[in-house]
Amino acid sequence: MSRIDHRFAAVKAQGRAALVTFVMAGDPDAATSLEILKALPKAGADVIEVGMPFSDPMADGPAIQAAGLRALHAGMTLKGVLKLVAEFRKTDSQTPIILMGYYNPIYVYGVDKFLVDAKAAGADGMIVVDLPPEEDEELCLPALKAGLSFIRLATPTTDDSRLPAVLSNTSGFVYYVSITGITGAARPDYSRVAAAVKRLKAHTDLPIAVGFGVKDAAAAHEIALSADGVVVGSALIDALAKTLDAQGRSGPATVGAVGELAGKLAAGVASAAKESAIP
Amino acid sequence: MNSPSPQIAANSLRQGPDPRGHFGIFGGRFVAETLMPLILSLEKAYDEARQDPAYHAELQHLLTHYVGRPSPLYFAERMTEKLGGAKIYFKREELNHTGAHKINNVLGQILLARRMGKKRIIAETGAGQHGVATATACARFGLECVVYMGAVDVERQKPNVFRMNLLGAKVVPVQSGARTLKDAMNEALRDWVTNVEDTFYCIGTAAGPHPYPAMVRDFQCVIGDETRAQMMDLEGRLPDSLFACIGGGSNAIGLFHPFLDDRSVELYGVEAAGHGLNVPNGHAASLAGGRPGVLHGNRTYLLMDDDGQILEGHSISAGLDYPGIGPEHAWLKENGRVTYLSATDKEALNAFQLCSQLEGIIPALEPAHALAKVMDIAPKKPKDHLMVLGLSGRGDKDIFTVADHLGGM
Repeated sequence: MSRIDHRFAAVKAQGRAALVTFVMAGDPDAATSLEILKALPKAGADVIEVGMPFSDPMADGPAIQAAGLRALHAGMTLKGVLKLVAEFRKTDSQTPIILMGYYNPIYVYGVDKFLVDAKAAGADGMIVVDLPPEEDEELCLPALKAGLSFIRLATPTTDDSRLPAVLSNTSGFVYYVSITGITGAARPDYSRVAAAVKRLKAHTDLPIAVGFGVKDAAAAHEIALSADGVVVGSALIDALAKTLDAQGRSGPATVGAVGELAGKLAAGVASAAKESAIP
Repeated sequence: MNSPSPQIAANSLRQGPDPRGHFGIFGGRFVAETLMPLILSLEKAYDEARQDPAYHAELQHLLTHYVGRPSPLYFAERMTEKLGGAKIYFKREELNHTGAHKINNVLGQILLARRMGKKRIIAETGAGQHGVATATACARFGLECVVYMGAVDVERQKPNVFRMNLLGAKVVPVQSGARTLKDAMNEALRDWVTNVEDTFYCIGTAAGPHPYPAMVRDFQCVIGDETRAQMMDLEGRLPDSLFACIGGGSNAIGLFHPFLDDRSVELYGVEAAGHGLNVPNGHAASLAGGRPGVLHGNRTYLLMDDDGQILEGHSISAGLDYPGIGPEHAWLKENGRVTYLSATDKEALNAFQLCSQLEGIIPALEPAHALAKVMDIAPKKPKDHLMVLGLSGRGDKDIFTVADHLGGM
């Protein structure tokens, strides 16, 4: 059983959904980023998605675009991301780490080398936005072979005829994108999300985590009523960005601000447990 | 499309892409899941349209009566005399309605959008030629049109911004990244992923996820097909060499593709060398200075750093200022069928002036790059060598940029 499977099973046993937090590696710098990673589980994050910065994040809204640029300007690289994960792993052997980003930096790094190094660093899986099932031979199949989870995005446009393809060759959990759009954009329609989660569950036994547009504890609560996991990214990055100085450097409040919001989100998720249908 | 080219043989270089959109290792469909169902439905719609005579007839009618095709194949007599070698012809795409080859592709895509019932059209643009062509076709068919354009390009291509506004399009200046074509394409993709239900993304070059590279090429092949027939009429034989500029590479692939199997015809694609190929991040020559990577839906040659971060590139020409290139060109480079050269800003400016002065034709800065290489190579060829320059656009939009560089003329 992988670290991801363990964590989702443990959270389910507590009768609640998991809080999945996204932060950008190296935002606003490597040292602060490591402190943020360490603070997240303490604040209640169950799973951490670590963004691999990319110059051209086509599926991301302004918050994550800016986070990636800050990280790149501060010198973050894919090698640096893996180093950050390895540092985190020295202090936390339980929290699953999912690397999230775009394919080009991985392709340039070399797929086989990336998989070996990511595994050695202690990463558990990856989400690569621009690799649909049609391109599974690129990274998905080699990743599964290497013992890493390849987490797939399902979206409102993924109809029933596509679901089997989207749900094949995947493991860990399924990431349901709650809206058609970019990260940090519109607030999702919760009843539609609940219906979509139900539809996905008819096709897979994997946990369903829902993200895109979850901005606060109330929204996390609503999503947690139907999903197995709630993903929050842009809101955490907004909280971080508010603490930066004019040059984009971290301040004394940076790590705390991210932790504080993560705590509220965790409470929002937990408060859904009583009402939720999750046994 | 009424192609006078020979039937495609089994060993033809014109067979690509494969059903998954690959030209060798290049191409593919590297897009977010949200877009994947749309890409598949577009592919299906295009396959159906391709086999529908009514679709071809409608497109042909527009190309004849709205665009003004065929565009002339013009003997550039004084240029030929001046260079003292090859006999030079210009394939005059700059005489098309809207002033460039872009309209050929746009009309094909807009007719497809109409078949698919899409009411809202989005496009990215660099120099503004594709934006103007898209705004034009949208006006003609009463469709909503939103054009994404890098804020830097909005500044340096003001006449085209004004034209798009006049045509009723909304031009959105893109402030992210280097605020040029690549960033405009990112923003167009963000719009598309948000408005999947009603929106058609009209890509301006032979790049992006499958089926765009093949589809845009097919629409632009009218350039090469006409050139072939016109040269047969004028000279009774095929040309000996073809030259075209390359940003994404749609006019070049349109000119070259019908000749890929005619091995006697030399093919030269000319990239933008900006300040020079040896200047780091100072050029936009993806094939000469880049390596294979994945961006904007396809695998192709890209300008990038060691970490796989995309570089901005530079060219005096907003239409060539893109860090990638269509995947079929990447494949044609690797198999050696096309020779890829590059021209600097300075060489393009010289060619721009010479063409204006000798032929009374003000070319766009983009084809001025290809003309610069014609000026290098034509003198070395015999007088019976038939050389064709793809004159892909006119230079009205560039006169302020050129004036700036030449010190106000």
